Amino acid sequence: MADLSVNFAGIKAPNPFWLASAPPTNSGYQIMKAFEAGWGGAVWKTLGMPTINVSSRYGAVNYGDRRMAGFSNIELISDRPLEDNLREMLEVKKHFPDHAVIASLMVDTRAEWIDIIKQVEDAGADGIELNFGCPHGMCERGMGSAVGQEPEVLKTIVEWVMDAANIPVITKLSPNISHITDPGLAAVQGKTDAISLINTVKSIVGVDLDTYAPYPVVDGKGSNGGYCGPAVKPIALHMLKDLAQHPDIMGTPISGIGGIETWRDVVEFILLGATSVQVCTAVMHYGFGIVREMEAGLLKFMADKGYNTIYDFAGKALPNVTQWKHLNLKSEVKAKINEDKCVGCDLCYIACDDGAHQAIALPKDGSRIPSIIEENCVGCNLCSLVCPVEDCITMEKFDDGTQHETWDELTQSDRIPNAWNDDRAGGKGHYVPEPIEALKTKRADKSGWKK
Amino acid sequence: MAEYKRPANEQEFKENFKQKKPLMNDTQAYYESSRCLFCYDAPCMDACPTGIDIPLFIKQINSGNPEGAAKTIYDSNWMGNACGTICPTGVLCEGACVYNNQDVAPLLIGRLQNYATSQVIESGKQLYTPGRDNGKSVAIIGAGPAGIACACELRLLGYTVDIFEAKALPSGLTVHGIAPYKITNEEVLAEMEYLQNQLGYNIKYNSPISSKEQLAELEANYSAIFIGVGLGGTATLGMTGEDLDGVVGAVEFIEELRLKHSDVKIPNRVVVIGGGNTAMDAASGSARLGADEVTLAYRRDKSGMGAYSFEYELAVGAGVRGLFNASPLEIVGNGKVEGVKFIKTESTDGKLNTIPGSEFTVPCEMVIKATGQAKQGPFYSLIEGLEIDKKTRIVVNPDTNQSTNPKYFAGGDAINGGAEVVNAAYDGKLAANGIHEWINK
Repeated sequence: MADLSVNFAGIKAPNPFWLASAPPTNSGYQIMKAFEAGWGGAVWKTLGMPTINVSSRYGAVNYGDRRMAGFSNIELISDRPLEDNLREMLEVKKHFPDHAVIASLMVDTRAEWIDIIKQVEDAGADGIELNFGCPHGMCERGMGSAVGQEPEVLKTIVEWVMDAANIPVITKLSPNISHITDPGLAAVQGKTDAISLINTVKSIVGVDLDTYAPYPVVDGKGSNGGYCGPAVKPIALHMLKDLAQHPDIMGTPISGIGGIETWRDVVEFILLGATSVQVCTAVMHYGFGIVREMEAGLLKFMADKGYNTIYDFAGKALPNVTQWKHLNLKSEVKAKINEDKCVGCDLCYIACDDGAHQAIALPKDGSRIPSIIEENCVGCNLCSLVCPVEDCITMEKFDDGTQHETWDELTQSDRIPNAWNDDRAGGKGHYVPEPIEALKTKRADKSGWKK
Repeated sequence: MAEYKRPANEQEFKENFKQKKPLMNDTQAYYESSRCLFCYDAPCMDACPTGIDIPLFIKQINSGNPEGAAKTIYDSNWMGNACGTICPTGVLCEGACVYNNQDVAPLLIGRLQNYATSQVIESGKQLYTPGRDNGKSVAIIGAGPAGIACACELRLLGYTVDIFEAKALPSGLTVHGIAPYKITNEEVLAEMEYLQNQLGYNIKYNSPISSKEQLAELEANYSAIFIGVGLGGTATLGMTGEDLDGVVGAVEFIEELRLKHSDVKIPNRVVVIGGGNTAMDAASGSARLGADEVTLAYRRDKSGMGAYSFEYELAVGAGVRGLFNASPLEIVGNGKVEGVKFIKTESTDGKLNTIPGSEFTVPCEMVIKATGQAKQGPFYSLIEGLEIDKKTRIVVNPDTNQSTNPKYFAGGDAINGGAEVVNAAYDGKLAANGIHEWINK
């Protein structure tokens, strides 16, 4: 069986599944429970200065029958006394010497940083994570994302910390910036040992339609929250890639965070360069037991692919993430509908006709199995994405693989087109219906009663 | 051995006649509505005789707008709540759900429909207001689904509407003729009250129209007349022993069951003759009333029955025994029913033959005849110029439901010979629009 253990910038753990600094790591009780359940590490809920929290702290975006596709919070850093946290940290380390316990920290002045680093080191922390990401509350006091958004300030604090710390330091970044490489680079220049990302995304998850207050509501008002959960995974993956590909950042260990819930998510983060992952929302939704599915799935993936450690495939997708200008313009896929599997919902038809390229036809006889109009199919994937049946619409390769041409090559050889002649938009064979045709289509909304 | 104990009171009756499609709670409705694919040009809509925009109302339920969902439903079907419960959805909307094509359970459309409509019925939410009075009046004969639908629609168009109903309650077979486990009287009548409160048509109960004089009066006082009289009582078999004590018609039996509940007395052994849905309801009802032996006798084989197979399965589940290829010869007894004498049959080349010497008697204390309803021919003959087809159905223009006597329109069982409530609801609505067109042309 594969060895899941990791050595993340000197922080050792039995596996890469760590709890992110958040409500699930608010106490020694929770962290011990998590380690018992199978988690390999935990980033303690951020320690710092005394705070007061509000009542009503979380909000969610539900989608269809799924609760918490997105999740938002306006909770601050730990509101429990520092000495309680430190005492519990000691106890956790005593019971779980081989698990990773990382202290997330957020303070203001250099003296405060030096002081708190000493305290968590004395409590047995295996590492430190700098919370430069919190986009609500603490940032109004000049901390959290206020630091993460100012690369120069971030670099200065990282330097203070590196000067004071004797254990590995992870700098946690905020996604609420234009280019993640700016704070990423600043952290590396400040000599951080590792980076983690993303922290939460500034958000309003909804508005109460009776009181007109944003969720979560605190006595008729609300504030922007930090958005996380499955909905933010794509943002996290992209930022992870940006850091992992950057020549001056690559090589710095990155802990991936953002909507991780299943083994697939874990594998994707590792493929894009993460060598540990941190989870919060999935645990807040399902409890610590969710790690069993991640572990079993990761082990099976590694067994299937013949990997012994996660380092065998970490970053393996990075060479395939490139700029648009390097994509092969000659590559061609087209949709194919499996008539035996098609249930006749015709969502592909209407999605394509209303939302894409008018490349799907319905039978004239009133039956419901649609067909692809190949000359109009641009290979956009939309139909295969809306199709509710497993493997019913597939995208088939149409080119013979012999031709390769990119926008970059066109640019380099001074062949940028000066006329619209894309075969996939009004070019050979492809057509766009005349506007008047819109008024002749069968109405989908029969407006209730039919006569 | 009977599956059901005899119900001694209303509570026990309700248990024996437990609702087949109970009302969904909010959580059920939320998860169920989430499953809808919102198909393009959805097959469920096409399968609904009234063309309810089903994907729309399900989406409305899922987005927390059940009131809007109810409006979507009533815009197409004035019997929206009743139909959600009693429609044979498995062969209509739910049968057409595309999920069936991948062996995934179809959406529970009927129950979602009830979820939405029951909320507005309970709250009394006014979804419709009558149209501006146009000074014209229409008479409706029969407050069944067709008549009620016609009345609602005509009120929207500004007509004064008077319904003449022979019985004491509205909704026709919905309250009188459908097995009690499919819908409760309270539920039916609540919808009737809800509609009447909003739309303000008049119903004159216990007011049968049965003479030329009455019709002449209607013709004189109203711009148009809608016939929604349904079918009559159980037809006679013309068989020896039919007049014995203990022989009842299925229609009458179910009506009694609907109105008297546990006060209906059922003997130990019951024979139901017939193979249609009414026969299933009567057999199932007898079993649920606690009869020990209920025999459902049909002269052809099982596959020849007119009833939906799920109705037969339901009856069997209630403890009914199916007896096939048994043709009744006579009902035997002395003053009271003692049994039914049958002869075995077999089909050869599609022709049903009796087998000589195969006579046998099934002993019983009650016989329920579910062999079809009487036609309303004698009534129709009172109306001048009204064309009737060979099956005693009023001939109408399918686009307007206007009969061959232009002043008369018709719908429901009177024109289709006996179909579902949903068909009647459609007919009534269509006729109302036909009346409006005709009066204004």
